[in-house]
Amino acid sequence: MHSVVLTKGVPDFREGQVSFDEDGHLERGKTPTVMNPNDRHALRAALQTKVRKGGTVSLMSMGPPGYMEVLQEGMRDVYADDLYLLSDREMGAADTWATAMTVATGIQKLDDPPDLVFAGFKTADGETGHTGPQTEWCLDMPLVTHVISLDIDDDEGVLRAKRLVEGDVEEIETVEAPLPAFVVADPEFEPTYRKAEHRLKHKDLREQTRERAAEFGEYLDDDSDLDVAEYDRFTMWDHTALNLDPDFIGLDGSPTIVAGVDPIPKAPSEREATMVDPDDEGAMERVVDELAPYAAGD
Amino acid sequence: MTDDYEHYEAVVVGAGPGGAAAAATLARNGIETLVLERGVDAGSKNVSGGLLYAEESSPYTIDDLFPGFREEASDREVTEHYIHNIAGRNVKTFDLHDLHHHDTEWADSVLRRKMDSWLAREVHEMTRETGGGLLTEVRVNGLLREGAEIVGVTLDELDPIKADVIIGADGVNSELARDAGLMDWEEPDEWFQGVKAVAQMPEGAIEERFDVDEDEGVAHLFSGDLFENVRGGGFLYTNDQSLSIGTVFHLDSIADQRAEPQELLDNLLTHPLLADWIGDEYTELEYSAKLVPDSKKVAHPSPYRDRLLLVGDAAGQMQAQGPIIKGMNHAVTAGALAAEAFVDAKSRGDTSAAGERYVTKLENEGVMDKLRPTRYRTLGRLGEVGPVASAMNAVTDSVVGRTAISALGDRAESLFNSPFLMGMLPDTRMGYVTVPTVVAEQLGSPVEGESTVEPPELDDRIGDLTYDVDEGNPHIELRDNSFAASGTAVTACPVSAKDFGGGCYRDEYVGSNGTEEHVVSLDTQPCVECGTCAVVADTNWTHPRGGKGVEYEQG
Repeated sequence: MHSVVLTKGVPDFREGQVSFDEDGHLERGKTPTVMNPNDRHALRAALQTKVRKGGTVSLMSMGPPGYMEVLQEGMRDVYADDLYLLSDREMGAADTWATAMTVATGIQKLDDPPDLVFAGFKTADGETGHTGPQTEWCLDMPLVTHVISLDIDDDEGVLRAKRLVEGDVEEIETVEAPLPAFVVADPEFEPTYRKAEHRLKHKDLREQTRERAAEFGEYLDDDSDLDVAEYDRFTMWDHTALNLDPDFIGLDGSPTIVAGVDPIPKAPSEREATMVDPDDEGAMERVVDELAPYAAGD
Repeated sequence: MTDDYEHYEAVVVGAGPGGAAAAATLARNGIETLVLERGVDAGSKNVSGGLLYAEESSPYTIDDLFPGFREEASDREVTEHYIHNIAGRNVKTFDLHDLHHHDTEWADSVLRRKMDSWLAREVHEMTRETGGGLLTEVRVNGLLREGAEIVGVTLDELDPIKADVIIGADGVNSELARDAGLMDWEEPDEWFQGVKAVAQMPEGAIEERFDVDEDEGVAHLFSGDLFENVRGGGFLYTNDQSLSIGTVFHLDSIADQRAEPQELLDNLLTHPLLADWIGDEYTELEYSAKLVPDSKKVAHPSPYRDRLLLVGDAAGQMQAQGPIIKGMNHAVTAGALAAEAFVDAKSRGDTSAAGERYVTKLENEGVMDKLRPTRYRTLGRLGEVGPVASAMNAVTDSVVGRTAISALGDRAESLFNSPFLMGMLPDTRMGYVTVPTVVAEQLGSPVEGESTVEPPELDDRIGDLTYDVDEGNPHIELRDNSFAASGTAVTACPVSAKDFGGGCYRDEYVGSNGTEEHVVSLDTQPCVECGTCAVVADTNWTHPRGGKGVEYEQG
């Protein structure tokens, strides 16, 4: 069972990591790049398949060389086996369509064609949710989105999944699709390991992948003499390797026209705060008086 | 869909020393062994006073089974052993050298998180080679049966698992032992309750204050009048960089006297005798508690049912006779013997005979007689019979008794060093309170100095513990919330106290229809899973799900 998981590097929007300038614009240089958080669910779905059914998980991304560290994160945290980066200047500034074209070509170039391709639900920066389904369209596979649980029947050559209908957590349907198939994991996706055998295997993989990610880290180290191109679990392809015409990828291949950008206004700070000393009984009484009407439901 | 169940030759429930010893022995014999531990890490649910013995007479010791154990997993070798008889400021100290060294190859202080965690890594490696392995964060919640026969285990996190043998090493509150009907939580007089504080020590302080080398350690025991007549005693063991200071009392005594265990511990911590050892800066790393079975009464003579074999605390295999306190070593021996019994039975083609073989081994190897000494059964028990106990107590405290003890002088020390005598001590106030108090009064001398130790309040002790609370899923349910049925828990629970609102149990008066009822309420959030309330209150008691609840860092 070969799974390919698509991922993207995004600004780390977590508190304390992200940095904005005075006008509310993201300061890209000061904000670290991390693996798109939703992609973890896709990787977890692929890992569950690997633990239950064996096989390998390949992690693929399109982006600048700095994304190697994003791929390493996926290897370390969610146990990816092989890493692929599609990278050159011609691919830069691509919209979702040009990205899908490029990524689908990357998947088709793999020696071992995948049984499953996984994508996360939306990236934290673009938020379009287009790239996954557009890649699927290029690959012409069955598409199952909003998947919250997954089971593979390799005898029958099908997947059975529970998915949220219209992304609604209240409405769940069970679907079946022939392999190979394209799965978009919902953030509600929860891997389940109900067998001891699976948990033991998961534990083995944790040991193995930590070692592997550390090994890759040595190649990525700036001070190291090791050449990352030599690392057997990492592959980088440019547009010539993929045999792609530069006119159909990157900025030139992107039909999307951005009409304008409106910054989201900062939330006005209208609320007033009063500092209260918890040891001051009079002040605490006033707090209680203040809150009492709300507690009474007024 | 029974056919879908996973099957392992052996399932070991619990990764403490008993489970580890069983698993290692099974794995060495090529038995496919799965070990299931409910904590986030082995040792995260475990507490012990902290002395682990290797007995010369024992067929298995932990370093036989795990080479490297003493270097990697234990703290200090305890080379000196004393008991202090205390009456107010008066202290008479006896050197328990002979008793301590009787049948002892070595004795090390241990902290369970470090120790069990190390053992678990070794066990996982060994069992993985057999096709099994060790899993954490999975809680076995009961026995799987086919008809009436036990054939496996059921779990919160996994589908049921079948096995040819199940080693129940799931501790003092073993849910498997209860499910099988081998143990119960009925009688407080069958249990002890221990509470412990681990106190941080500055670099070099142990060597200086206890006058030992880096590879030496000390065990101190305390008894007398400092525990408000509650039957039990205290201990202090030196670890590598900390002290384990604790108290152990008969649970019936705690319950009857409405004693607050944490306050009795504080009585010890603040006694002037400990002032120089603890020093001016008291930093408590961890507060913990545990129920301890009294093997004299509850060590099960036939701890098996069908394929289930109980070892360690789960089978009541905890020896506490006066100053002799040994639990982990018996769990190790029993674990290895249970494994051996299964290996023998398998080689003879009848795995169902493992239980019987295990019982025979426990008897032949002398384990049962250590746990339930014959002389205690005849003499000690007699001393616990009401009128006899009062008479003995009165005599000891009378002019006659006092004269006798004074006349004994330092020869009393040799009596305390007799394993024979200590093995038949009756569990009455006489042994724990009266004799030590009279000894201290007649033979002792006052300690000087004052203690500056200020033990933390209970809410700080709870606040310093790590919990992963299973929101909306309390693991203990009060069956009867009347004060009459469950009120004892308010004081006996080591994380509850009268007039303290932040603990597990609190009592309150609820008015309805013009009458006022005295009731008890329960909040399991600060629970340390000791099991006290399972005995002294009317509850449905279970452990939290895998990985949930308290997580000890010292243990």
